Amino acid sequence: MAGFDKVVSSYEEAMDGLTDNMTIIAGGFGLCGIPENLISEIKRKGTKSLTLVSNNCGVDDFGLGVLLPNRQIKKIVASYVGENAEFERQMMAGELAVELTPQGTLAEKMRAGGAGIPAFFTATGVGTPVAEGKEERSFNGRDYILEEAIVGDFAIVKAWKADRYGNLVFRKTARNFNPLAATAGKITVVEVEELVEVGELDPDQIHTPGIYVNRVIQGSFEKRIEQRTTRPADEAEGKGE
Amino acid sequence: MALSREQIAQRVAQELKDGYYVNLGIGIPTLVANYVPEDIEVMLQSENGLLGMGQFPTVDEIDADLINAGKQTVTMAKGASVFDSAESFAMIRGGHVDLTVLGAFEVDVNGNIASYMIPGKLIKGMGGAMDLVAGADNIIVTMTHASKHGVSKLLKSCSLPLTGKGCIKKVLTDLAFIEIKEGKFHLLERAPGVSVKDIIQLTEGELVVTGDIPEMKL
Repeated sequence: MAGFDKVVSSYEEAMDGLTDNMTIIAGGFGLCGIPENLISEIKRKGTKSLTLVSNNCGVDDFGLGVLLPNRQIKKIVASYVGENAEFERQMMAGELAVELTPQGTLAEKMRAGGAGIPAFFTATGVGTPVAEGKEERSFNGRDYILEEAIVGDFAIVKAWKADRYGNLVFRKTARNFNPLAATAGKITVVEVEELVEVGELDPDQIHTPGIYVNRVIQGSFEKRIEQRTTRPADEAEGKGE
Repeated sequence: MALSREQIAQRVAQELKDGYYVNLGIGIPTLVANYVPEDIEVMLQSENGLLGMGQFPTVDEIDADLINAGKQTVTMAKGASVFDSAESFAMIRGGHVDLTVLGAFEVDVNGNIASYMIPGKLIKGMGGAMDLVAGADNIIVTMTHASKHGVSKLLKSCSLPLTGKGCIKKVLTDLAFIEIKEGKFHLLERAPGVSVKDIIQLTEGELVVTGDIPEMKL
């Protein structure tokens, strides 16, 4: 690597330094915009006792779900889980700790972690199980709970395009948690569909500046769809919202 | 007759106003999109990071990078925008969404809502529901009035762990449209053919009935 060139040539290199008991923040929503090859590399490496921070935990054979059969995950911090049988089994058996976190709070925890803000107050979760054990404070007559930021030893991110300096562009709703995860990793690793030369991306259109990114790798993606919903083609000219 | 899922959605759609930004939860709320009156414009917010959700794609239009919060493939309406999850919840928590429609297991007379967790059963999580109920001022809860066994879901006090405290003001069930204020349920409308007596019987929390209660128009 030279200067700001963040590009690595193998997935092994991309996840170098990941060891047991680390915390990984992962981008993605459901199976959309997940760093699928970086997840595969973690599976291949066999790293254990990981804490995963991600909105969801994939399905049985795809996404973060692939880390379950070999018991690589010790704990998951997520807003919605249980789309896979092995997850359910491990959770019910007490083999996997699950910290359910409201989706907006999860996003904000990552954002705060990346921005050097240790904690923040939010109305989300007041009076619910989420508030248990958390400091509560009133501002302007409304109650809020204190939520702590999250920083990962690693952040794993999927972007659409990157240049060699790690400037990132995401595509449609595959953006989701990815830009937030990117800011919150001590080591942020990004895999992309398209790698371009420095200067090719319009600076006005960059979603994540390269300063947050440590490693970039170009991959090829399955991009599996979780719920394939369609309308008939003959209605294509029909009423839109 | 109790309302069907579609009819509940149809009635909720009557609450939409021109220029509303609306977040629709999974299930019955999603169906509301099918009944937006022709003469108004609303924009649907999907909390995974899309404002201006369109209809489902044709087979040719399917894009793995474009889904809604229910993980279904969708399209973008004209004028749509996409953004990250923190931005999405800034809209929600900041009170910028005009109407939120979501489902529930229970609501009570104090506006508490339980919608994500049944202890002892598999807990899948709250997703964005806690943020939505805490952030929105205008929320409509859609649910069945009672369980299949006739056990009321409109309670004196929620028995399940809460999704939000004191945040629900309107509930549309298969039997009735109800407002919650001052620690009581207030009956606004009844489903066609459903009597006030039936509704009272299936409402555990105190229900205020004032004057003649009109039937819903669908």
